[in-house]
Amino acid sequence: MPQIAQIADTYSSQIFWLLLTFGFVFFVIGLGMVPKVQGTADARDAKISGDLDAAKAAFARADEAEADYRVRDAQNRTAAQAVVAKAKSEAAKASEVKLAAADAEVASKIAAAEARIQAASTAALAEIETVAVDAARDMVARISGVETSDDAARNAVKAALAHG
Amino acid sequence: MAESGKIDPMHQFAIEPLFGTDHLSLGGFNIAFTNSALYMVLAAVVLWIFVIGGMKRELVPGRWQMAVEYMTGFIKNLLIANIGEKGRKYIPYVFSLFMFILLANLLGLLPLGLIGMHPFTFTSHFTATGVLAIMSFSIVLIVGFWKHGFHFFSLFVPHGTPIAMVVPLFFIELVSFMVRPFSLGLRLFVAMTAGHVLLKVLAGFVINSANASPALGLTVGTASFILMIGISALEMLVAVIQAYVFALLTSVYLNDAENLH
Repeated sequence: MPQIAQIADTYSSQIFWLLLTFGFVFFVIGLGMVPKVQGTADARDAKISGDLDAAKAAFARADEAEADYRVRDAQNRTAAQAVVAKAKSEAAKASEVKLAAADAEVASKIAAAEARIQAASTAALAEIETVAVDAARDMVARISGVETSDDAARNAVKAALAHG
Repeated sequence: MAESGKIDPMHQFAIEPLFGTDHLSLGGFNIAFTNSALYMVLAAVVLWIFVIGGMKRELVPGRWQMAVEYMTGFIKNLLIANIGEKGRKYIPYVFSLFMFILLANLLGLLPLGLIGMHPFTFTSHFTATGVLAIMSFSIVLIVGFWKHGFHFFSLFVPHGTPIAMVVPLFFIELVSFMVRPFSLGLRLFVAMTAGHVLLKVLAGFVINSANASPALGLTVGTASFILMIGISALEMLVAVIQAYVFALLTSVYLNDAENLH
């Protein structure tokens, strides 16, 4: 086995060259280059996770904005409905007032017309009385030749009208 | 040497100095540039090129950058799973350890023999795996004593231990703790050695049976060859798993040092 047979001749050379080559590997590659390689990989990992976090945050913000929008939309809807209801009730009130005013006018006109009719019918009745008194005096004068006084004739007519 | 047609399955582990550096030395110690050292350099260079491809630092990575980031991310997840967020500071070390061992294992499996070269797996030498294991173990000790001082010894006395059992348990736990660098280093060395020996033995069967007679070559040789294909796939899996086990155990031990129990 050369590993044992040659050990006395070769151990110093083996150790020397191993320390030299491994020293180069450790100091130049391990300490000099590997941290940079690993640093690049770590920076990339950090960037990826940072980007992912940013994307998640953006998603959360978008959700928040949507929820906010929904709330405002609902608020606007209720506000609009309130405005519509208010307008409706106001319009109803206004038309009620107008209707009442028109009713009052119509009623006053009717009342005036009724008063006029009353007046006209009273006047007509009075005229009928006068005409009847004249007619009664004429009839009395023609039948009996007696000139009746105006008052007597009037009383007789009034009594007849009241009975009749 | 096994005299089975002059094919020695252990020869692949022989260390040979290259480029006439046999007697290169430093402070009296031989530091010849061997085939083993060549594969260490190759593993380091291949890893370097691999990681350079991941340095573009683009937000949207290409395939290569993605591959490098996958490996660093894999080590990061391993450390965070075992140690927690405090484990991040060990990424450079465990990444270096894992990738260096992984490339050593995989480069040693390359079929370079087809073009006349001799692939070498330095993780099949405990002189190499031992250094890596001692390094990991030393980091565990340094971190443990640095963070917890002598309180680190409470690692050897699990919670709720009866008073009478404290002393025996302390020694049992101490032994199991001290065995760690050996198990760490030997596991990798044994797994790599065993796999390569098995492949070479089967390859010897193919060659020797074919040389003996056509009938034997068609029966034993073909069966061995089919077995080799399966074991080669298995060996690639083992190469990855052993590197992973080394990194995993290192992070488990580092967790002891960071968080005690």
